[in-house]
Amino acid sequence: MTDTLNPRSWLYPTPRGLYCEPGDFYVDPAVAVGRAVITHGHGDHARPGHRSALATPETLAIMRARFQDMPDTAQQPLKYGEEVKIGDVSVSLVPAGHILGSAQAVLEHKGQRIVVSGDYKRRPDATCPPFEPVPCDVFITEATFALPVFHHPSDVGEAAKLLRSVATFPERTHLVGVYALGKCQRVITLLRAAGYDKRIWLHGALASLCKLYEDNGIALGDTALVSDAILETFRGAIVLCPPSAMADRWSRRFADPIPAMASGWMGVRARARQRGAELPLIISDHADWSELTQTLKDVGAPKVWVTHGREEALVAYARSIGIDAEALHLGGREEEDES
Amino acid sequence: MQAFARLLDSLSFQPARNAKLRLIEAYLRETPDPDRGWALAALTGGLDFAAAKPALLRSFGQEKIGEELFGLSYDYVGDLAETLALIWETKADAGPPPTLSEVVETLQRATKTQTPAILKRWLDELDSTGRWALLKLLTGALRIGVSARLAKQAVANIGDQPVAEVEEVWHGLSTPYRPLFDWLTAGGPKPASNMGGAFLSPMLANPIDRAEIDTLDPAHFRAEWKWDGIRVQIASSGGTKRLYSRAGEDVSGAFPDIVEAIDFEGVFDGELLVRREEAIAPFNDLQQRLNRKTVTAKMLKEHPAHVRLYDVLWLDGEDLRALTFDERRARLEAWMGEHPRARFDVSPLVRFTDWAHLATLREEMRQDGIEGLMLKRSDSPYLAGRPKGPWFKWKRDPMLADCVMMYAQRGHGKRSSFYSDYTFGAWRDAAEGKRELAPVGKAYFGFTDEELRWLDKWVRDHTTNRFGPVREVEQQLVLEVAFDGVARSTRHKSGVSLRFPRINRIRTDKPAAEADTVDNLLRLVP
Ligand SMILES: [Zn+2]
Ligand SMILES: [Zn+2]
Repeated sequence: MTDTLNPRSWLYPTPRGLYCEPGDFYVDPAVAVGRAVITHGHGDHARPGHRSALATPETLAIMRARFQDMPDTAQQPLKYGEEVKIGDVSVSLVPAGHILGSAQAVLEHKGQRIVVSGDYKRRPDATCPPFEPVPCDVFITEATFALPVFHHPSDVGEAAKLLRSVATFPERTHLVGVYALGKCQRVITLLRAAGYDKRIWLHGALASLCKLYEDNGIALGDTALVSDAILETFRGAIVLCPPSAMADRWSRRFADPIPAMASGWMGVRARARQRGAELPLIISDHADWSELTQTLKDVGAPKVWVTHGREEALVAYARSIGIDAEALHLGGREEEDES
Repeated sequence: MQAFARLLDSLSFQPARNAKLRLIEAYLRETPDPDRGWALAALTGGLDFAAAKPALLRSFGQEKIGEELFGLSYDYVGDLAETLALIWETKADAGPPPTLSEVVETLQRATKTQTPAILKRWLDELDSTGRWALLKLLTGALRIGVSARLAKQAVANIGDQPVAEVEEVWHGLSTPYRPLFDWLTAGGPKPASNMGGAFLSPMLANPIDRAEIDTLDPAHFRAEWKWDGIRVQIASSGGTKRLYSRAGEDVSGAFPDIVEAIDFEGVFDGELLVRREEAIAPFNDLQQRLNRKTVTAKMLKEHPAHVRLYDVLWLDGEDLRALTFDERRARLEAWMGEHPRARFDVSPLVRFTDWAHLATLREEMRQDGIEGLMLKRSDSPYLAGRPKGPWFKWKRDPMLADCVMMYAQRGHGKRSSFYSDYTFGAWRDAAEGKRELAPVGKAYFGFTDEELRWLDKWVRDHTTNRFGPVREVEQQLVLEVAFDGVARSTRHKSGVSLRFPRINRIRTDKPAAEADTVDNLLRLVP
């Protein structure tokens, strides 16, 4: 490690995304580029059309499922813990604990190490290996839930809340809004772990990614498509759908449904009401405030760049504990849907 | 406290009345005494702590995470109690969280200077939902959309009793209501129905129209004017004097002029009005007296309250409810005749020969403060609830206006996938000789299911803008709105407010430019 080299001289934001000059590649670029390193399969990180894409095998599989097989992209799978050299930079991928295949990109150049965390969380998730803190010189952290008001409760407790509601209203359909990639499969595994072994019904938009998870060894139990049901009344059933389908005409087939929504935003009541949730489930695939602040301590980086969300509060906190922190403004990142 | 917090949390997100009932019932069944009694007290407005002021919460928050981070957090959340509940973390080595009874009993004993330290200990012990509920309870701001009446209905349901039975004994009970739960869930004796100002469920009428009236025999019915005020019950006995709304809410505090004038014992059914000299003031005048914490001397002088009596339920220790309408009426008139009172009078009967005659009287009545007619069977006993058959209300024909839809919002429960709440406007003059729409009201019923599907599709196809659950629509669709009255209003941008508006017809045949103006509506103000 050296302190003479300015990290901004070899990794910096450009309009197309975060660019690594000595390797001539971008990390999670916002547009199609020549060479890309992709942390995970969510839409604001993985885009189609790159000439070559390096990612974990699971992330590449997710991208193929979403982008019609990507025949024009040279795909370079890199397993967790393996290392490759790109130009004058060595690149490895380390679990981020966010969704299946999600990784932190660890970049080393002239003895200096920068970790691009991508999206991450620190609590157990049956659908992916846990986040591994990597000591580094610069840590680039996400900040989706970077306010001290976000302390996600235990996901086991939230699953129990859903099952308690099903027991209280056994004649009503529980319609749970989940994002198709990650949240959907995590909610299913949480319900299974809580002992719920009945059939879980799926909106068609969730089918292909559920199958992909199962192909990757994540058991989801008995699931079926709502559109395949013939005699089903859905009374007392749990039905998962994308949030957009909840207010859609599609949802009218259910008698007197209870709209539930699984998202980290549900922790704030006004947000939950805005989404029309009558049963908000605070289940997040992103780190909450304590996980974010703990991670800064765990990686021990003297410099932290904050991006992807509410930079202001986390920068203020990091500076208060003596870290040289600043906001890193990347284009193409609105408040993301997969939270 | 955690179980109660989970209940409040679920209630706050659940809009449907039946679902709220189910949640409260489940809680009351599963929770032991005295916790469930205190919970019932909290839900019926019987707990009043105000032990924590906003300044205290703010100072707790700033102390915890610093001024800057607390400021950012509060800005984001927008609610002080919720912000503090969210930023505070449960201490790993804290003791078990307090029960609801512990919270209530401790606060009843604690001095003001002891409270902050106790509060901090509880915040350490509770989870975030528990902290939110505690802080809401302590700042006296539950706001979870549960009326006292609904909570009483839930407690009645767990003992398979009609709510009227619970209401009858309610005011003789004190917190935490152990005898009530013994009676309802453990086969204990029914608590004494202390008639000391207890609320008795009122008898309500069903709406009727001209065609249906013709099927009734006019000889069996009595008619009286339906006054446009607030239906109330006066209950006085053993020195306890109370004024209740139709739903059983004690509104005595807002009407000291009425309560002071009660110099008799009994339970009466009547209409609360503002009356100056002989004239009944418009409903709007009465509204000035409502929802006020303190009643000023000026308000009492300028908006004097009056109760026009319809019926008598108890008189001088005697329950009259099983008597016929005619018999009760005779008792009421005789009682008032003995001793006339300034703030009370008896609503006169309207004499008529046949229905056509009554219809003419209804048409000709143009006086303010009358909403229509009540028809009551001469032999009807006074029954709680809304029995079918004995009592009818025959309202005046509504007023109508053609308005233009401006915004639509998704409904709740069954309607949550439909745009079913409509804000509509009327035209008024704007700058440079142009006209603009000013919102005059909001309606979410009056249409059929089929019309709702049509309106929902129209909204989706004509959206110009979205704000969360609200859509702004093209100013094209004319809705014929029916309403029962118009008043000037400073709270509405247009300066008018409509009473009880509902969608009467969809006027696809009418161009928006030909809809009514705000001036047209103002001309209808009495
Ligand atoms: Zn993501
Ligand atoms: Zn993201």
